[in-house]
Amino acid sequence: MTPRALDPFLAFPRALRAEGFLAAPAQVESFLAAVGLLGPRSIQDVRRAAHAIFGPGPDRRQEFDDLFDTIFLGRAFLAPGEATSEEAPRAFDAGDQEEFLPPEDEDPSGREASRRERLFARSFAVGDETALLSAFARALPGALPRRRSRRFGAARRGVADPRRALRELARHDGEMLQLPVRRRQARQRRVLTLIDVSGSMKGSTDAALRIAHTIVRTAERAETFTLGTRLTRVTRALRRRNRDQALALASGLVADWDGGTRLGEALSVFLSVPRFAGFARGALVIVVSDGLERGGPEALVAAMTRLRSLAWRIVWLSPLAADATWRPETGAMRAILPLIDHLDAGGDLVAMAGALVGRAALLRAGPFQ
Amino acid sequence: MTVRRSIAGIDSPEALAEAMRAAQYLADEGLSTAAYLALALGKPLLLEGAPGVGKTEAAKALAAVLGRDLVRLQAYEGLDAASAMYEWNFPRQMLAIRQAGDAYVNLYGDDFLIARPMLLALQRPRERLLLIDEIDRSDHEFEAFLLEFLSDFSLSIPERGTIRAAEPPVVVLTSNRTRELHEALRRRCVYHWIGYPDPQLEAQIVMMRASAVARDTAHRVVAAVGKLRAEPLAKPPGVAETVEWAEAATLLNAQGAPWPAAFARAIGVVLKDQDDLAFVAPRLDRILAGAA
Repeated sequence: MTPRALDPFLAFPRALRAEGFLAAPAQVESFLAAVGLLGPRSIQDVRRAAHAIFGPGPDRRQEFDDLFDTIFLGRAFLAPGEATSEEAPRAFDAGDQEEFLPPEDEDPSGREASRRERLFARSFAVGDETALLSAFARALPGALPRRRSRRFGAARRGVADPRRALRELARHDGEMLQLPVRRRQARQRRVLTLIDVSGSMKGSTDAALRIAHTIVRTAERAETFTLGTRLTRVTRALRRRNRDQALALASGLVADWDGGTRLGEALSVFLSVPRFAGFARGALVIVVSDGLERGGPEALVAAMTRLRSLAWRIVWLSPLAADATWRPETGAMRAILPLIDHLDAGGDLVAMAGALVGRAALLRAGPFQ
Repeated sequence: MTVRRSIAGIDSPEALAEAMRAAQYLADEGLSTAAYLALALGKPLLLEGAPGVGKTEAAKALAAVLGRDLVRLQAYEGLDAASAMYEWNFPRQMLAIRQAGDAYVNLYGDDFLIARPMLLALQRPRERLLLIDEIDRSDHEFEAFLLEFLSDFSLSIPERGTIRAAEPPVVVLTSNRTRELHEALRRRCVYHWIGYPDPQLEAQIVMMRASAVARDTAHRVVAAVGKLRAEPLAKPPGVAETVEWAEAATLLNAQGAPWPAAFARAIGVVLKDQDDLAFVAPRLDRILAGAA
């Protein structure tokens, strides 16, 4: 095989990565080995090898095949979402970067801001919620769901621990003084907070970020993202102890305050970055959004279905739900309602804190639920 | 990465498909390619698909083709190391201590080690095929632990040190896709999504599995099942259900029931959910009539 003929085999994994598929270097190596093993006698062999090694799920099979055709057959195709791809939200993780650089410099792509986005930073209103938030912080560890760990630990009650018993025996010449017992340990589930920062959420994002800051500071493992016209990871900023500093830092990172809502697209961007999607795995997912989606609900429903299959529970806090007479009327909200475990009010600090440590029964559901 | 072009005399996907056919399993090209690549590259084979499309059967057929014993590990939530890897035989160790008296006794010898599926597969990689069934049922921690096992095929037992396989054992993982598996796990595997077979193949499967079923009946059943799968059912019928339906209807027909009625009466074999039955009932005649 001449180097030139090798080109598509190397370009293909790159294209896969660009589209959010999984293509690790070891997989590329396997792919080349697999193609060699199969002959290859026809392009179908190469395609089957690609399917077997890169393993696109059935839901993304078509996309994968289109990409394959483009690279190997040189076939031009127009994906359904092609026309809007320039405006599509991109993922932005400020986590590993210098903390005080202006957000423009941190942006890896630099072009992600479309003209239609209204990019301006907004300062947070300062109120005296300290008492409320510290009460919330105290109540939170008890309210957060726990899962059973695979590891056993010594306990006061539990089942006999033969391994330690034997060591005990050996240590004391065959005499057992006390029967050691063990028990599966418990770990807090990860908490993933997704905050909608679109224009319609203007009144609530500040409170939501304060709540998120408390969660990040209090929970063992927590992640926070803001969703608007683009996706921003603010976890790192919120880890600061000083609330005002943390919020100022986070607000500097978020470049799409009060812009339009493309919740579905932003969520699917979140899910297409494997590292981010991993944060949702087995986690308690808190979405703070009014669910007002521009355009059809299809993208949002598809993204929520995927999120559903990853998450442990999904709690949706909507400022609109504060009104007792409110019913989910919009198409998007109605469509995703079956995918949500708990829908509650989320307009201000009191409502959100109350929903998370108070009313949301599922948060308190047993230690090992 | 070690590449073995030929394993147990199988040197191409076609040869593997042929051998699996001899083991009573009809594999399509995608599956035989993925399985061959998994064997040749020494990687685990991850099979995903709806329940009842023959994922576990594929693993059994593969074991038969390679002439290996199938070691099956059924995953479930809360699966722990003791039932997946190994366990010490504590009562026996205690007895040994008592009997030994003042003499030296090695408490961690082979006599005291109870090997569970993962260790079994490592001990005799040439004679065994490890099937980890329904991996999506296990919890994330087990999945993470599995990663380590699948990447270097070794297990460490604190008292004994690390046990390494002489060659990569053949491992098949199946998943019903009730939840998404971790990317790191998928990355280490050769992947194949088993869909419902096309009608032609499914009819062949029916005839192979249920020898009493006539060719016409097989095609009719497959057509009817195809229509049932197009309905929004809670539990669409799998291949196993198709085979059972064909068998049941053939049995009823032999006892004198006419054709569409025999299918209708045996519907409980293929739809096992009250809501599904109630949903399909009004249109069942049409579904069966089109199939006849």
